[in-house]
Amino acid sequence: MLTFILKRVLATVPVMGVVALIVFLLLRLSPGDPAAVIAGDYATAEQIEKIRTQLGLNQPILVQFISWLGDLARGDLGVSIFSNLPVSTLIAQRIEPTLMLAFTTITFSVVVAVPLGVLAAWKAHSWIDRAVMVFAVVGFSMPVFVLGYFLIYGFALGLRWFPVQGYRSPFVDPGLFVSHITLPTIALSAIFIALIARITRASVLEVLEEDYIRTARAKGQAERKVLLVHALRNAAVPIVTVIGLGVALLIGGVVVTESVFNIPGLGRLVVDAIQKRDYPIIQGLILFFSFLYIALNFLIDIAYTLLDPRIRY
Amino acid sequence: MSGTVKALPVGATLFGQWRPLAARYPLVLASAVIVLLFVLAALCAPLLWTTDPLALNPLNRLKPPSAANWFGTDQFGRDLWTRTVFGARVSLIVGVTVAILSISIGLVIGLTAGYIRLLDGIVMRVMDGLMAIPGVLLAIALVSLSGASRFTVIVAITVPEIPRVVRLVRAVVLTVREEPYVEAAVAAGTRLPLILIRHVLPNCVPALIVQATYVCASAMLTEAILSFLGAGTPPEIPSWGNMMAEGRAFFPIAPRIILFPGAALALMILAVNVLGDGLRDRLDPKLARRV
Repeated sequence: MLTFILKRVLATVPVMGVVALIVFLLLRLSPGDPAAVIAGDYATAEQIEKIRTQLGLNQPILVQFISWLGDLARGDLGVSIFSNLPVSTLIAQRIEPTLMLAFTTITFSVVVAVPLGVLAAWKAHSWIDRAVMVFAVVGFSMPVFVLGYFLIYGFALGLRWFPVQGYRSPFVDPGLFVSHITLPTIALSAIFIALIARITRASVLEVLEEDYIRTARAKGQAERKVLLVHALRNAAVPIVTVIGLGVALLIGGVVVTESVFNIPGLGRLVVDAIQKRDYPIIQGLILFFSFLYIALNFLIDIAYTLLDPRIRY
Repeated sequence: MSGTVKALPVGATLFGQWRPLAARYPLVLASAVIVLLFVLAALCAPLLWTTDPLALNPLNRLKPPSAANWFGTDQFGRDLWTRTVFGARVSLIVGVTVAILSISIGLVIGLTAGYIRLLDGIVMRVMDGLMAIPGVLLAIALVSLSGASRFTVIVAITVPEIPRVVRLVRAVVLTVREEPYVEAAVAAGTRLPLILIRHVLPNCVPALIVQATYVCASAMLTEAILSFLGAGTPPEIPSWGNMMAEGRAFFPIAPRIILFPGAALALMILAVNVLGDGLRDRLDPKLARRV
């Protein structure tokens, strides 16, 4: 097990290296003069030069790359052009709402989608199955910001059940946290519920054909136990894989959702950076999210061995 | 979509026997009609009782729907029906262009990687890296470095779509290259480019057509997201994402500025995705059975 974990850690290093290289080259190889684009249309030559120096663009490219990698290894993601604060500090300030939203979304999605998927597989080809699958297709195609605005329109402006936008920390006021996070969570969950329900259905459906399911039923095992213990447990690996891959979608979705619901998290940091042309923030967040994604999928790889004892590396 | 894929009668073609097909896939047919309507609307936008999408009319601002302005007007008095119809143009142009570009580029890279062992390792590591970067953020970075223009937006949306196409093509190549007819072609002295074009490429086509519809839907969504966040299509062009971004401040008093283009976007993406599912069941039954 330990050697396996070690091997997997080593395997993530090249991927992280490639990500770092791609992000590094983005700024250096982009057509035109990025310093001029970042400085804006009305910048003087001096201002452009200052940004070029700040981004380290006037050194030889190999020197740039090595010093940049060194900074990365120390956790230095660069300095914001606009506020002069380290990007890592800005991320630390804004991470709580984003983590909370990601957490509520994944929890809500799994709690809703897995039972829906099992139900659809159990009642395969019935109207329940069809309804779940139609819902899955619609949910998968529903743009998160469109759904977000429809939810605000119906439940915040119309029925007034929830506040229109904003965020409250659960550590300050749990009640207000729940009322503020509900609509964003539902909006962001739609795509995951669709994705997870679909894969759960397919995976459970496949397992239900297995001999051991027939054996379990033949020995008079309760249907509930057959579904949850025998079928779902064995269908877990693809479901967990999809949840891991879905994190990439989640990151894109978080940026948009925070913008719709005015949540002061990392997504808003990106949007503010776009408006202020603060490229180091965008770059820092790309690195942060990519590494987070790689790390999460590494953990999921390890979780496989716990979920399915047959998987041995 | 529908649980199992029933065997199709021998001799059934993609467009032949549409009557049984329509009965079996009513949703797919409905989606095809919706997509067709959007395409027609985009092509004939000036003829569809529209005015100038950019014409300002401050006296007529924030008006509710009426006989003159079917969807009402926005905060500058521009006609929302006109802008929504013209928005279909932007979406379709971006969706189709990105689909064509990413499929062609992915095809070339995938064929090369699948056939030249030396390049395979390097290319696939780069693709793994690209896939680990969230697509929307990568596109935002590309747009904010090169400035917003139609061209930049299309390039920025294409780049994150490429790795999935490459993986797909490479997977097909790796299976096909072991097939007896390819071995026979190699033994007969057929040169590599000819093998790729004559034997490998046709095997990729069904999966690529299916993938193209998904890429198209995903590109339209990303374009809207980028425009909505202010890193997309230049704001003077009436795209659905731009309309929604401009409507944000007026949402409590005039939600239709956001809801009409939003509904159009959702409907378009849904229709293209369902069409993709239908094509997949039809063209790529192996894939259909897996998902």
